[in-house]
Amino acid sequence: MLRSGLIAQKVGMTRVFTDEGEHVPVTVLRIDDVQVVAQRTVEADGYSAVQLGAGKIKTKNVTKPMRGHFAKAKVEPKRKVVEFRVDPQGLIEVGAELSAAHFVPGQFVDVTGTTIGKGFAGAMKRWNFGGLRATHGVSVSHRSHGSTGNRQDPGKTFKNKKMAGHLGVEQVTTQNLKVVRIDEDQGLILVKGSVPGHEGAWVMVRDAVKRPAPKDLNLPFPAALKASAPSGDAPAADAQEG
Amino acid sequence: MNLLQKIEQAEVARLTEGRAVPDFSPGDTLRVNVKVVEGTRERVQAYEGVCIARKNAGLNSSFTVRKISYGEGVERVFPLYSPRIDSIEVVRKGDVRRAKLYYLRGLRGKAARISERTTGRGTGRDEAAE
Repeated sequence: MLRSGLIAQKVGMTRVFTDEGEHVPVTVLRIDDVQVVAQRTVEADGYSAVQLGAGKIKTKNVTKPMRGHFAKAKVEPKRKVVEFRVDPQGLIEVGAELSAAHFVPGQFVDVTGTTIGKGFAGAMKRWNFGGLRATHGVSVSHRSHGSTGNRQDPGKTFKNKKMAGHLGVEQVTTQNLKVVRIDEDQGLILVKGSVPGHEGAWVMVRDAVKRPAPKDLNLPFPAALKASAPSGDAPAADAQEG
Repeated sequence: MNLLQKIEQAEVARLTEGRAVPDFSPGDTLRVNVKVVEGTRERVQAYEGVCIARKNAGLNSSFTVRKISYGEGVERVFPLYSPRIDSIEVVRKGDVRRAKLYYLRGLRGKAARISERTTGRGTGRDEAAE
């Protein structure tokens, strides 16, 4: 069952120790007021998805159309709005607030974000080229790329030739990151390994496409909601009916 | 304090629960009881030597213990809050004037001795004086 993901903010990296004494490098992701802003249904839109919003923004900085959009959903204006494709039975009611317990320690997730900008980077940094030799007559061009093609035939450099240019600020998904720990009260997800983007950047966390979670983990479906309900089961059941 | 520091502090508190870290500094002789796994069973092995460096960095704190084993110098770096460490005992306080005792690596035998510190912090003498 395709369930919704979460919008998270990258806090930074640290490490935790397991009980066996192994140290695990982790990235801390914070779930900050993630609410459902809108639904996309097959009848109305031709596909089913939930639109989530995260973070706070001053109302004066929100455009009027977006103000109306948030008002319709009766939620506070959100800084970041993202759609997540879900199965039709996985829709979550508008206004519901999602919690970090949406993900379960032990499962794998894919994290999508925008990488840190590196500016105009040379071929060595951008494409891991080897560069030229340090000695043996090489002058000035130690970090240059080598040849870019043949001679009169074909007489041109082919498109997509790997050369120097802009690096970073692109959308990247890091797949199969293990969820190490969840802090539901503080809204924290600790995943093993690194995540694209700088600290404070928005990232999208989804269930791993290539590593389905074992059945016994009981991932909350359609979502773990932050509500007055004691456990995630009751609101999930409500949402399924609605 | 930012969120990351809070998380690290909570982690330190979790790890030091039931295993207090003694007050020690470079120059002290330490006995570090390390948990080692042999096949399926786990036992505690002592590693005794001189602490030649200490890095104080919250959760990432570590210390280096040097000893001479069968005529060969051995150094081990332990993460201060590692759960693999059963306990740390301070055997002897050392009187040194540096924070990092890397100069000991070039010294052998008599020259590599460190005189014992009998006054100052952690010896019980300064409390008596006050």
